[in-house]
Formats: sequence, structure tokens, C-alpha cells
Amino acid sequence: MANHDHHNPTGINRWLFSTNHKDIGTLYLILAVVGGLVGGLFSVMMRAELAHPGMQFFGTNYQFYNVVLTAHALVMVFFMIMPALMGGFGNWMVPLMIGAPDMAFPRMNNVSFWLLFVALVMLVASAFVDGGAGTGWTVYPPLSTSTYQPGMAVDMAIFSLHLAGASSILGGINMIVTIFNMRAPGMTMHKMPLFVWSILLTAFLVVLAMPVLAGAITMLLTDRNFGTSFFNPAGGGDPVFYQHLFWFFGHPEVYIIILPGFGAISHVVSTFSKKPIFGYLGMVYAMTSIGVVGFVVWAHHMFTTGFSVNTLAYFTLATMVIAVPTGIKIFSWIATMWGGSIEFKTPMLFAIGLIFLFTVGGVTGVVLANAGVDRVFQDTYYVVAHFHYTMSLGALFAAFSAFYFWFGKMSGKQYNETFGKIHFWATFIGVNITFFPQHFLGLAGMPRRIPDYPDAFEGWNEISSFGSYIGFGSALFFVFVIFHTLKYGKKCPNDPWHDINNGLEWTLTSPPPFHSYEEIPVVK
Amino acid sequence: MKSFHRFLAIFSLFAAFAGSAFADYPRPWQVGFQEAATPVMEKITEFHDILLVVIYSIGIFVFLLLVYTCIRYSAKNNPVPSKTSHNTLIEIIWTAVPVIILVLLCIPSMRTLYFAQKADDADMTIKVIGNQWYWSYQYPDQGNIAFDSYIIKDADLKPGQMRLLEVDNHLVVPVDTKIRVQLTAVDVIHSWAVPSFGVKTDSVPGRLNETWFKATKIGTYYGQCSELCGVGHGFMPIAVDVVSKEDFDKWVVEAKKKFGG
Repeated sequence: MANHDHHNPTGINRWLFSTNHKDIGTLYLILAVVGGLVGGLFSVMMRAELAHPGMQFFGTNYQFYNVVLTAHALVMVFFMIMPALMGGFGNWMVPLMIGAPDMAFPRMNNVSFWLLFVALVMLVASAFVDGGAGTGWTVYPPLSTSTYQPGMAVDMAIFSLHLAGASSILGGINMIVTIFNMRAPGMTMHKMPLFVWSILLTAFLVVLAMPVLAGAITMLLTDRNFGTSFFNPAGGGDPVFYQHLFWFFGHPEVYIIILPGFGAISHVVSTFSKKPIFGYLGMVYAMTSIGVVGFVVWAHHMFTTGFSVNTLAYFTLATMVIAVPTGIKIFSWIATMWGGSIEFKTPMLFAIGLIFLFTVGGVTGVVLANAGVDRVFQDTYYVVAHFHYTMSLGALFAAFSAFYFWFGKMSGKQYNETFGKIHFWATFIGVNITFFPQHFLGLAGMPRRIPDYPDAFEGWNEISSFGSYIGFGSALFFVFVIFHTLKYGKKCPNDPWHDINNGLEWTLTSPPPFHSYEEIPVVK
Repeated sequence: MKSFHRFLAIFSLFAAFAGSAFADYPRPWQVGFQEAATPVMEKITEFHDILLVVIYSIGIFVFLLLVYTCIRYSAKNNPVPSKTSHNTLIEIIWTAVPVIILVLLCIPSMRTLYFAQKADDADMTIKVIGNQWYWSYQYPDQGNIAFDSYIIKDADLKPGQMRLLEVDNHLVVPVDTKIRVQLTAVDVIHSWAVPSFGVKTDSVPGRLNETWFKATKIGTYYGQCSELCGVGHGFMPIAVDVVSKEDFDKWVVEAKKKFGG
């Protein structure tokens, strides 16, 4: 019998000093929504500028344009998609799915969240100091050294990344220990839900890759402030060395972004097809091999830096390999739907959208993987199109799918299905109009990270910008949907979707009790 | 192969309801590469044509599969779901077939890559130096002619000149000549790119990079800096005049007078 001679925490004790995975997950989701609106605002600013040749709004303040493009990426990556998928849904759902009362380290979980909050404040503040950091999210030296970006802005951005990295590493440790040690009796690794697998693998990527970023930006920090010359040739250093370190982190980072999304999609596709996921073990092996191979392909981001031809050949071949496990996942999701009894509710619409659109992004990745061809695409809008298809139409769709799937469980209120569908279609139309034309811009030779362009690029740019307004509008509509659900949403039962996979999370009330499981369940 | 290339260009046009795809500078509504002016770019274009067929096929295949599945197995059309969650044969097929496709793609990929990399037996050398925010060119084989190449600002453009692409001093090179390009930079990383040539190589401070091209068509070809290098990144374009060998020799004489050697 549980002994409750204490009350559940309220106010500051509940929200500032939380040790509850559900509350911390909620905090992460709120931060992610704010991050998405801020990052989205930056993207609309850029698209409004790029809608026509000549300068529209930025005037001659090209540094500010570079600051906005830097901030757009950093905010979307570190303060929107990662907190949404790992911090938000990871924290909320992993303990529920494995039958654990909370994470292994509940207080460290709280530290992870508040580190990220401070990191966001630090990044936003950097924009107001000494002209901001106008380096791109990749922060390459020598441009990012104190000679070319003097003042404190880049140092503050580096500090922000340190905090965000620490937040992720601690979160990763928490996930690994929780998943390895706190599964309910009877839940062997091979009975774990696929979302839990995806979080486990992502956590390993985080713990292995983030420290390398920390090393790279620390060296940059000491080059900027303490007279070292890691990346300064005059002192015996090498700018390309930074790129190796950054991308050794940077490539696993994109799998950190997408893998939890893949995990969530498996749940959604299975549930709304009323069929178990096809090829569970194949899915596990596919995610594992994506994670492992993702560590040995980093230099495909550096194909034009001057590698030897054999180096280029290796990284081309290794990168192409990743297409195989990814294809296995796409086919497995379709095979799950095949023979099923499909209900086209909002989570499923986003999942089906992801299956097709991630395929589109993935195949342009196969094109870019070839070093011989990449030299024409490197640093053009073709690359921008590729990663936005995989991230904005892949990871973001997964986040929305997960939201509509799990928000009823989390809040006790179910969203309005018509509004959900409107949000889906507005988003789908908006992001496709925004990013598909960018393939053509890249093919035609338009470079990235420029505030103005030769007149010939106007047509597709105008269309792309139009799409971005629709996309941002649909993001605002999404915020409306959240509030509408909280105020008017119908009460959500324990198992609103009639789960066929015996998921432990659907045995709890919506929302679950404060401590989730008063007794540890047993899995047969 | 040329007619196949043309078919693909038309297919892409149809797919995008757009206009011309051949250019040596960007054209409005362009959907394909700029026109190749070197054998390397021709090979890249050919390989990309193959890739386009493959990726369109995969995309259309997945799309049709999804559409069929969504209709045939909607709850309305298939009220009783099956319980199948394994099929070893299909799992082997959808692993092996992508592997085979990738292996087949590797052959033209490696050929394109290794062809583009050979830089021995060059006929002449040019040095390209990246600066914030202009390019410097040097001709060591022609008595060290050296000059800077700055963008022509909007206000100074003559009628018919293209905004953000024109420069005051073009790089002039002879046609049908294998030219070794050595690159470096004085301040931050830049990247020297000419899409029609299929050339793009970073110019990195403290590092000497090397690439090559052999232009086979007389004309003027444009490119833009391709690595974020500060506030002027969008405003340091590249313009290359490919001229006959006789015209090049004449230009060398005048350039020595104009720029000094």
C-alpha cells in the first residue's frame, strides 16, 4: 500500500525544483514550442528578405542577416526539435512505457532542463551583444575567431552550446541508466517498445558525440581568448581540423534528431493500422546501424575542403551505406500498413507524410553523398532543401505526430480532430511549397547564406517565401490548437486509440497519477 | 547519351512547369544544372541524370505504394486487419535490392570522382586567393600577372550586365587547356566555384588546395563564393572568360602592361 503522508509538490517546488519526469517533459515541450516560434520567426525574416532580389528589410546590415541565419539553425536544432523529441516525449513516455515510476536520476533530469533554459537565454542574449554571432551554426574558424567576429557574441554562443551540450549529455546518461535498469519485470530488451529503443540509441549517440562538439568549441574559445592556435595556421593550427571535430559531432547529431522521431512513428503507424509493427527486430537493427554508421561518415560535409581522392571515395561509399537501413524502415512502415485497417487520424496523417517526405529528403541525400557530384551542390540551396526535407518534413512531422498521439494521455484532454487535420494540411502544403523549389535553386547554382542573389533566382525564391508564410501561419495555428485543446478538449480515456501492442502507458489514466505507477507492473 | 540527357531535362521541366535548363549563368526558373563547359561537368551532369532517374523512380514507387496501401487497406475497405508482422523473403528483398542499386551507382560515381581528381599533366597553372571580399588571381606561368577581381556594384552596372555576378577584372583562360588551379585564402575560408566547370574548392588560410579544369567552350562563365566568409559573402562573385589560345596570348601582353608581372 502506498503511504501518502506528504502532499504532491505545488508551485515553485513543482515547477522549479521538479523531480517528476512528466512535469519535466512538459517544461521541455513548452520550451520547444517557444523555440519553434522563435526559430520560425527568424526563418520568416530571412524568407521575407529573399522573396525578391535586392534588399527588402535588412538594408546593408548583412551581419544581422548572418546572425539571424545562425540563430535560426541553433534555435531549431537545440531549442526546438531536440527538446521536443528527447526532452519532451522522451521524458514523458519512456518511464511510462517501461513501467518505471520515474527516471533513474530525477533531480539530474531537472538540471538538464534548466541548463537548457539558461542556454536559450544565453543564445538570445548573444544576438544583442557586439553585433551578434554571424558565423552560421557551424561556427567555422577563422571567421568565428576574435579577429573576424570581435567582441563577446561568439563567446556567449559557445557558452550557450556548452550548456545545451551538458544538458543533453546528462539527459542521455539518465535515459541509458533508466532504460537498462528500470524496466518492469518481464520486459526484456527485445520486448521494449520501439520508441524506447530509439531513445536508448539516441542517448548513446548523444553521450559519444556531444563531448566532441564541446572539445571543438572549447578550442575555439581558447583560440579567441587565451592565445591558443588550434585553428590558426600562423600558430601551427588548421581551420580544417575544426571542421573534422565539428562534423564528427554534427553528423551523429542529425541522427540524434531523427531517431526518436522514427521511434514515435513506429508506434503511430502500428496503432492506426491496427497491426503490430512489421519486422520489429529489423527495425531495431536498422536504427542501430544508422547510429553506428552515422559515426564514420562525417567528412561528407567537407567534400570541398581539399581531401585526397581516396578519402573522398571512402566517405562517399560509407555514406551511401546508410540508405540501406533507412530504406528498411520505410518499407517496414509501409508493410505495417499493408493488410491493416487504417484510420486516418491526425497522428497517422503526419506519419504517412513523414514516410513519403523523408524518402524525398533521403534520396537527395543519396545524390549529395557522391563526392563527385557534391562539388556542384556543396553550399547551395540543394543542400538546404535536402536537410529541410529530412528535418522540417521528417523530424518535425514526427514531433507533430507524437504530439497528437500522446497529448491526450499527457493532458487528459483530447485535441479536436478537425483542427488537427487543418493543421496537418496547412503544414504539409506550406513546407512543400517552401522547400521543393529550393532543389531547383541549388541545381541552378544559388549559394547558401547570402542575403541577396542574382536576379535569375527570383522566381523560385518568391514561391519558396510564399510557402514559408503558410508554414509559419500553420505553426501559429498549432499554438491555437494547443490552447483550444487544453480549454475545450474532450476528456481523454486511458486508451483512446485502442492500443493493440499491450503498451503499459495505455493502462494508466489520462493524465497518469503524479507518480505514474504505485506498483511496478509485470510484463508477460 | 545526349538525347537521354535532353529527355531528362524535359522531364524535369514537365515536372516543374518551368523554362530553360541550359545556362552558363543562372536563368530564370532554371530547374537543372548550368550548361557544362568542361568534360568534368559533362560527366557530372551525366551521372546526375542517372541519379535523377533512380531517385524519381524510388520516390514515385514509394508514393504509389503509399497511395495504394492507404486506399486498399483503409478501415472502410479492410475492416479486419491481418496479424502478419514477418516475412523473411520480403525483408531480404528490400535489403538486397537497395544494396544492388547502390553498388550499381557506385560504379559511375567512382568513375566521375576519380576522373575529376586527376590534376597531373596540366598545361598551365593559376593561383586563386580568397579575400574578404574579393578574389585575387595570379598567373605564375605568364610572368606572374596578378590582379584583384571585385564585384561591380549595382550602381555601376552597365546595361545588360548581371547584378551580383559581374566583376571588374575577369579571370581569362585559354580554351582546351588543362589548367591547374591552386587555391588559398588570406583571412577566412572562402570557396571558389564555377558551376559550368563543375569546379568548387575551398580556399583555406594556411592551406594550398588544388583542382583543375579544361574549358572546351569559348564564353564567359560565372560563379559565386561558396563558403560563408562574413558580411560580404554574397558579394564576391567569379567571372571567367574562356578565349581562344590566340586571344589569350594577346590578353597576356596587355595584362602585363595593365597589371604588371
